[in-house]
Amino acid sequence: MSGDNRFLGLIYLSPFVIGLLVFTALPFIASLYLSFTNYNLMNEPVFTGLQNYIRLFTGDRTFRKSLWVTLVYVFTTVPLKLAFALFMAVILNYKLKFINVFRTAYYVPSILGGSIAIAVLWRYIFADVGLVNMGLTTLGFEPVNWFGDPTNALFTITLLRLWQFGSAMVIFLAALQSIDKTLYEAASIDGAGKWTSFVYITLPLITPVIFFNLIMQMVQAFQEFNGPYIITQGGPLKSTYLLPIYIYDEAFKRFDMGYASAIAWVLFLIIMALTLIAFWSSRHWVYYAGDKRS
Amino acid sequence: MTDHILSQNSPAAHDIDIARSRETRRHRLNAVLRYALLTAVGLLMLYPLIWLIGASFKTNSEIFSNPGFWPENPTLDGYIKGWKTSTPYSFGTFFLNTLWIVIPKVIGTAISCTAVAYGFARFDFPGKKILFAALIATLLLPNVVTRIPQYLIFRDLGWLDSYLPLWVPSALAGDAFFVFMLVQFLRAIPRDMEEAARVDGATTWQTLIFIVVPLLMPALISVCLFQFMWTMNDFLGPLIYISSVDKYPISLALKLSIDTTEAFEWNRVLAMSVLSLAPALAVFFLAQKYFIDGISSGGIKG
Repeated sequence: MSGDNRFLGLIYLSPFVIGLLVFTALPFIASLYLSFTNYNLMNEPVFTGLQNYIRLFTGDRTFRKSLWVTLVYVFTTVPLKLAFALFMAVILNYKLKFINVFRTAYYVPSILGGSIAIAVLWRYIFADVGLVNMGLTTLGFEPVNWFGDPTNALFTITLLRLWQFGSAMVIFLAALQSIDKTLYEAASIDGAGKWTSFVYITLPLITPVIFFNLIMQMVQAFQEFNGPYIITQGGPLKSTYLLPIYIYDEAFKRFDMGYASAIAWVLFLIIMALTLIAFWSSRHWVYYAGDKRS
Repeated sequence: MTDHILSQNSPAAHDIDIARSRETRRHRLNAVLRYALLTAVGLLMLYPLIWLIGASFKTNSEIFSNPGFWPENPTLDGYIKGWKTSTPYSFGTFFLNTLWIVIPKVIGTAISCTAVAYGFARFDFPGKKILFAALIATLLLPNVVTRIPQYLIFRDLGWLDSYLPLWVPSALAGDAFFVFMLVQFLRAIPRDMEEAARVDGATTWQTLIFIVVPLLMPALISVCLFQFMWTMNDFLGPLIYISSVDKYPISLALKLSIDTTEAFEWNRVLAMSVLSLAPALAVFFLAQKYFIDGISSGGIKG
């Protein structure tokens, strides 16, 4: 309104502005500074230049292992989860009765999956004599040593994430349902098969949602903590020792705040770099309806 | 209409009928395959949860010998002994602690996010673009990078081992996701009613309370429900900030129980896991519409 003070909007924003400055901006800068210091909570932080980073990249074998495990985890979990979520969304996107029942059932793990109770459950079902191995033996297979073998242990953590495909699926399904059906009719009159229609109509039209899900799932996967912390405690042989757990241990068990901040910054820069690559490459593969570019 | 005429008069009607019944059969087969796959995946997905409920009524020896749902000798032992816990406090204390974390946090989130979203969606002011860009940046900023200094700030404020570090950032619209979701929702609501109210002399504050909030209600309910779920599930926050057992929420209490009793008392841990999931499940089934709407419209993480 014309009579309003032009700063009126800022009054409504004031909680956000205070929160942004005190709990986001200040900590963001402070953690960059801390990453160049030696700080163990007892004394004041001592500026040590690049020492933390040099130690990370030259002398720290735990860091190298942890970084590798994190990358393997993210680059297997995120594509598998997105592909499975999209596949199930395509199956669901059909004139089916009970579609809401299935959608709800698949969404339940996403609601509960982050909880400690589910991580505890995972420990029990993948235990040596747990539910999964009981099932395998019943079907005549050899039981698998899930937590004793490094590859298998990481796989149980990945499965916990895959199990929560429901949230990504619901987003895919909403996008699929919003596609104009006449496009498919036109394509089938022109002789296009199901698969051709999917590749040339469906996929391009849902690229914005694929992009959104990709960024969100990636940022989350890089910060996975509860699963490996509860289920495998980072083991065996640090095969599930993801970077967030390493950061937690350095900061809140060894109280090496400077070094932990340096690891956090490396993780942050990796996430940022991959996000920027995704944004940059999106110009070539994400299609926005009404956009003249493509 | 044309189909109808064709099938009566044309000599090709018979062929068309055959083609059509083949088509219908193909559709039916397609539907059957889809149902079969959907049911199989659904059972596979939900069986761990179903097994969990059954196992919580089993004896300790049966948990790792019976893959079925139904307990052979059903017992409430796990619930009764698990409720007492290995600490001086009962699980009831941990439930109340959780509620005491969750409820103020949800209320603070709802109020602050509504005000901030209203400010973004309905006002022009200097610096708006920069602040909105900051909101989007916060959305993408991984928490891991701000966690350590936040801990130091709360330590200096003397807030460690209290719920303040869990409440205050949310009460200052710290969950950018919710603000963003509400802004998107508000932008899609026409402003006619608000403008009419302003012409009649209502202040922006009155307009917000009496006109915007009622219209915003569906989105606001989604926000509250998601915040409820995430806070119930939150583990890392309490792990860092809460150190006294008498202030533990259920997530920390469960972690404590697997550390102390897991070696032999599995059914207690499973029984308490079931109880800790129950509120979230109940809320989800009562209000699933808001979850699905919230996630498919606002694009919420999950």
